[in-house]
Amino acid sequence: MNTKAILELKDISMYFPGIKALDSVDFSIRPGEVHALIGENGAGKSTLVKIITGVYKQTAGQVLLNGEETNFKSALDAQSAGITAIHQEASMFPELSVTENIFMGHHVKKGASGKGPVDWKTMRQRTRELLDDIELDISPDALVKSLGVAQRHMVEIAKALSIDAQIVIMDEPTSALTLREVEDLYKIIRRLRDEGKAIIFISHKFEEIFDICDTYTVFRDGQLIGDGNVSDATISSIINMMVGRSLDLLYPKGESTIGDVVLEVENLNRTGYFKNISFNLHKGEILGFFGLIGAGRTEVMRVLFGIDKASSGEVRLNGKPVSFTKPKKAMKAGIAYIPEDRHEQGTILDMSIADNITLPNVDELSHFGILDEKAERSLAEDFAKKIEIKSAGLNMKTSTLSGGNQQKVVLAKWLSTGPEILILDEPTKGIDVGTKARVHKIVSDMAAEGKAIILVSSELPEVLGMSDRIVVMHEGFVTSVFEREEADPDKVMLAAIAQPGDESA
Amino acid sequence: MSDNLVRQDRLIDEFSFKKRISRLFSSWEFILFLTLVGIFILFSFISPYFMDYFNLMNASLSFAEKSILALSMIFVILSGDIDISVASILALSSFAMGNASVKGAGSGTLVIIGLATGLAAGIVNGFLVTKIKIPSIAVTLATLSIFRGISQAILRDNAYTHYPLKFAYFGQGYIGNSVIPFEFVFFLVLAVLMGFILHKTTYGRKLYAIGNSASASRFSGINVDRIRFINFAVNGLFAGIAAVLLTSRIGSTRPNIATGWELEAITLVVLGGVAITGGKGNIFGVVIASLLVGYLKFGMALVNLSAKVMVITTGALLITAVLVPMLLEIAKAKQKLRSQRSELKLERKAS
Repeated sequence: MNTKAILELKDISMYFPGIKALDSVDFSIRPGEVHALIGENGAGKSTLVKIITGVYKQTAGQVLLNGEETNFKSALDAQSAGITAIHQEASMFPELSVTENIFMGHHVKKGASGKGPVDWKTMRQRTRELLDDIELDISPDALVKSLGVAQRHMVEIAKALSIDAQIVIMDEPTSALTLREVEDLYKIIRRLRDEGKAIIFISHKFEEIFDICDTYTVFRDGQLIGDGNVSDATISSIINMMVGRSLDLLYPKGESTIGDVVLEVENLNRTGYFKNISFNLHKGEILGFFGLIGAGRTEVMRVLFGIDKASSGEVRLNGKPVSFTKPKKAMKAGIAYIPEDRHEQGTILDMSIADNITLPNVDELSHFGILDEKAERSLAEDFAKKIEIKSAGLNMKTSTLSGGNQQKVVLAKWLSTGPEILILDEPTKGIDVGTKARVHKIVSDMAAEGKAIILVSSELPEVLGMSDRIVVMHEGFVTSVFEREEADPDKVMLAAIAQPGDESA
Repeated sequence: MSDNLVRQDRLIDEFSFKKRISRLFSSWEFILFLTLVGIFILFSFISPYFMDYFNLMNASLSFAEKSILALSMIFVILSGDIDISVASILALSSFAMGNASVKGAGSGTLVIIGLATGLAAGIVNGFLVTKIKIPSIAVTLATLSIFRGISQAILRDNAYTHYPLKFAYFGQGYIGNSVIPFEFVFFLVLAVLMGFILHKTTYGRKLYAIGNSASASRFSGINVDRIRFINFAVNGLFAGIAAVLLTSRIGSTRPNIATGWELEAITLVVLGGVAITGGKGNIFGVVIASLLVGYLKFGMALVNLSAKVMVITTGALLITAVLVPMLLEIAKAKQKLRSQRSELKLERKAS
C-alpha cells in the first residue's frame, strides 16, 4: 500500500480551558483503508473527529487533505470537501420521510441554476438507488419514526453516501445493530473500501476491529500511544496501549477498614435496562462499577436513588428491605447520588454556588418552611472551603465556574447532606487532572471515615486505582466481580466487552 | 497574615456592595420603576385630574383583580408552566356564586363557593398536568374552553344580577372611612404574602430550582410534580378570589365576564421581568408592572386616548420587556467570551 495519504493530521493539539484534549498527535489515512481509532472515553477520539469534520478548530497543527493544507470553518466546509461522519446517536427527523432525511441540507433543485423549486422526483429516485445500494428494503417515502433502530442507522449511512464522500467516519456504528446487520454493514464497508474511500472506524469492540480494519491508532489521555497494521497486533497488545500499564499517582487510595455490609442488592431488575443485578456494599469500601457506555450501570444507580422504579428484586439497607419511590426517601436513608450529567442533573447553572450547595438541605435548614439564610450561608461556606471551590464568591452563578469547580460544587452539595452511602457516577469526566486528584482524595478520605462508596466510571485506570472491589457490567448484566488484588486491566476490559469464552473466568 | 486576610475580606465586601448597587440600577425592576415615575410626571402635566389622591385610589379598582391573577401566575410561570385558563376559572367561579345567590345563599357562603370553585378548577388543571402528564399549555387551552363553556351553556344570554347587599363590600367597599378601596389593600396584602413565600421560604427556593432545571431539581430530592400541582391549585384559588372581587364590584355575572384577562395577567408577569421560560424574576417587578400598566391606562383614559392605543402601548411595552433583558444577556455573553479568549491566550503563553 504505497498510495499517498488522503488525509493527514500533523502535530495536532487542542486545548480547552484547563484541559489538553489532544497533545501533538499525528494521524493519517490512505484511500481504500479502514482505520480503527481506539481509546477509552476521554482519550481524545471524538475531539480528533470534530477537528476532521470542521466542528472544532485545532489550537495548533495542520490538517492536510490530498497533501494540501485545509482550513475548515464549519461542518459544512468539511462536508463539501468530501468528509462525512455517521454518529453514534442518529440525528434524524422522525416526522420526515427517508428521502427528506437523506437530502436534508442539500436538496436537489430544479432548473439549470439549481435555484428552482425542490426536485422531489430526482431525490426520490436517488434515494431508491442509495437504498438498493446498501440493500435496505424500505420505501423512500417511509417516515423515519416508523423505522427500527438498525434501519435508521442504515439510513444514516445512505445519507453519508449521498454526498459522495471520500472520507467516511463511523462512530460506534454497530452499537445498535444485531449480528446479521453487522455483517451487512461489513459488506458495505468492504465495498466502500474497494471503491477507494477512506474509512475511519471508531469502536470499543475488539472483534470488529480485527474483522474489518486494516490499520489502527490508539490514543490515551490526548496522546498518540501507538499505531500500525491490525494484522501485526493482538487484542492484548491493543488493550495494553489503551489502558497503560502504570497506574500513576493520580489515585491516592488510602487504607480503610472494610466493615459490615450496609447495602445488599439481590436480583434487581428493570425491564429493558438491566437484569438480575446482585452485589453487596460494605462500610469503608469503595466499590467500582466498570463497563462501557450503555452497560446499565447508571440505570442501576438511578433505581438505588429512587429516580426510577425497579421491576423486581430486593434492596436491603442495614438488613432491612427498602424501596425508595422518591430521591428524598433515599436521601433520608443516608444515600447521596452524584449524577453522571453535571449540567442537566448535578447543578443548576443559573443559581448561585451557595444555593446549589444547600439545595438538598433546604428543608433541614428551614424553620416551618422559612429559609434560614444564615445557616445556609455557613453550611455553604464550610463545604466550599473543605472542597476548595475556587470562585469569586459564593453568590456567583455556578455557570461562571470551570468544569472542575462545578463538579466540586456537586461534591460539596452532596457531602453536606452527610451521607452514609455515596454513589458517584463518572465523577471525573471531563475535568482537569488537578481537580481529578482532589476528587479522588475526598472519596478516599470518606472511605477511611467508614462511609460506603460506589464509584461508577468508564475510565479503567480510575476504577482500578480507587476500588476495593470492581463490579463489571455488560449490556445490563454483571459479568464479573473482581477483588482489588486480582483485577488487572486486561481481565477487567475483557469482562466489560464480554469476550466469548471469558465470561466463566 | 491574618491582617492581610481581613483586608482582603473587606475588599471583597466593598466590591460586592458596589456591584450590588450597580446591579440594582441596571436591573429591570429599576427601569420599570423609573418608567412608572415617568408616567406619573407626564400625566400630571397633561391632566389636572391625574394627581388626585381620590382618583388615583379609585383607579386601582380597574387593575387590582387582574394584578391578583398575576400574583399567583408568577409561581406557575417561574416553574416553567403556563395557565391560560384563569379567566375561564374566574367566569366559572362567578357563575357558581350567581347560581347560589339566586338560591338564596348569604355573602359568606358565596365567598366560600367562589373560592372553592376556583380551587377545584385549579386542582383539575394540576391533576392533568402532573398526574396525566399533559403539557400545561394543552391542558389549560382545553380547560379554558370547558370552564367558560359550562357557564355559557347554562346561562346563554342571561345574567345573574341578584347578589346580597353585604356582598358588595369586597369590590365596592373602602377601608374604614378612608378613600382606599378594600380591593387595593387586599392586593397589596396578597403581594406581600406571595412575595414572602417566593423569596423567603423553601417553597420559593425550590420553585426557582425547578424553573431553571426540573431534572437537576429532581436529582436534588425536590418533589417537582407536587410543587407544580400546588402552583396550579393556588392559581385556581386566586382566580376564585378575583371572581369574588369582580362579581362583587360589578354586581352581575355574564358568561363573557373577564374575557381575555388570562393574557393580561400573563402580560403583567412577563412585563414584570419573569422569564416566560421559567426560573427568573421576582415579585417586585410584577407589582411595579401592575401599577405601571394600571396607571398608564388610567392616564390614557383621562386624556381620552382610545382603548386601541392602550392595547398597542401595552404590546410595545411587552416586547421591550422581553427584548431589553435579552440584549443585556447578549452583551454579557460577549464579554464573557472575550475574557475566556484572553484566558486561553495566557494559558498558551504559559505553556
